[in-house]
Amino acid sequence: MKTYHDIAGDGGSDIAGQVARREGRARARMASVARTLAVMSGKGGVGKSAITANLAAALAMQGQRVGVLDADLNGPCMARMLGVQGRALALGADGVEPALGSLGVKLASMDLLLPRTAAPVEWAAPAPAHPHAWRGAIEATALGEFLADTAWGELDFLLVDLPPGPERLAGLHGVLPQCDGVIAVTIPSQVAQLTVQRSIVSARRLKARLIGLVENMCAYLCPCCGAVQPLFTAEAEVKGGTLGLPVLARIPFDPQLARCCDQGVPYVVAHQAAPAAKAFMELAARVSARGDSR
Amino acid sequence: MKFLCVACDEAMQFVEAGEPPRGDTLTAVFGCPRCGRRIALLANPWETQLVRSMGVATGGRAAPHEPLERVRESLAECRLLWTEEAERRLERVPEFVRPIVRESVERHARERGCREVTCEVMDEVRSKMGM
Repeated sequence: MKTYHDIAGDGGSDIAGQVARREGRARARMASVARTLAVMSGKGGVGKSAITANLAAALAMQGQRVGVLDADLNGPCMARMLGVQGRALALGADGVEPALGSLGVKLASMDLLLPRTAAPVEWAAPAPAHPHAWRGAIEATALGEFLADTAWGELDFLLVDLPPGPERLAGLHGVLPQCDGVIAVTIPSQVAQLTVQRSIVSARRLKARLIGLVENMCAYLCPCCGAVQPLFTAEAEVKGGTLGLPVLARIPFDPQLARCCDQGVPYVVAHQAAPAAKAFMELAARVSARGDSR
Repeated sequence: MKFLCVACDEAMQFVEAGEPPRGDTLTAVFGCPRCGRRIALLANPWETQLVRSMGVATGGRAAPHEPLERVRESLAECRLLWTEEAERRLERVPEFVRPIVRESVERHARERGCREVTCEVMDEVRSKMGM
């Protein structure tokens, strides 16, 4: 009796063909994007999205054409940070037109499809019980559609803001034709670094091209005297060597950065002279200088 | 998933797919090209949901892919997409009444089961309101 592998094709169900066509659409879309970089942390609350938003703005200030894909489908916040919350995605001839934020940064996010600001992402499933059985599949499909159906146009950089979780990069790899680099974000906390380390190990297993680390909240900038004070204890300082990656930037904590994110204003524009803004500009210059393009 | 006619040792071929009125289970019919015997695959709601979540249709699809099709279909609540032409037309409406017009047009579009707001939908609302 024949076994599964003895039978060529899929018997006409065309599932494999549809998946292949979807992958083809993603490849065609990404052909006009020079570099796709994933920003990951593994740990939540380290400021990854704030880093993504300000790296995007800093790259744009340096003349790069930038897009951002908010891959945090369940907790999207890039629309707020890039100042386009409440705007709707428009349907153009070549797909869905991304929302245009400050400095021309393009954004695709689940947030732009939700009817109200505080509306949660809820799927209309005929079998809503036990969503663990299908939720991962629909999220991968949704991420693939945001990538392939957004009319990104010509971009120098597409930054993908990943949700927390060491497994998230693997999910992105499943739908992204090529990821040109991964930036890991952490803070000077041993707990955060432990999780980030897991993400880095996971990324290495995927043979992802790890560019380096961004140490967020590396110090506290006193708003009164401007003195730089440590925010965490010295033993928690991020050592690139320990994590096996170069440190691309160290961003000091600045309450104005959080305020700008809340207001949807690019911090790097509003506070150009601030040490953290300068660190973002240096990070953007380092990322641009790398020869990661295809 | 593939099906084998054990008697003929022949791969069965997809014949048709259908969904019962409740829409929560999938049916796919396969037939043996040699003996003609037919069988039906009856998927339970979870299996059906999984196939849908993958964004594929059993037996292929005739309609071309629409942007963000699966996301928009699958969200419990989703904003309607406006075509660029429709958005441009809305921008010609005085700003203070724009939100009301947007809401009326979207309500009409939803009632009609439209997936997008186009200039044609806007025309329909205009005629309905006698403008």
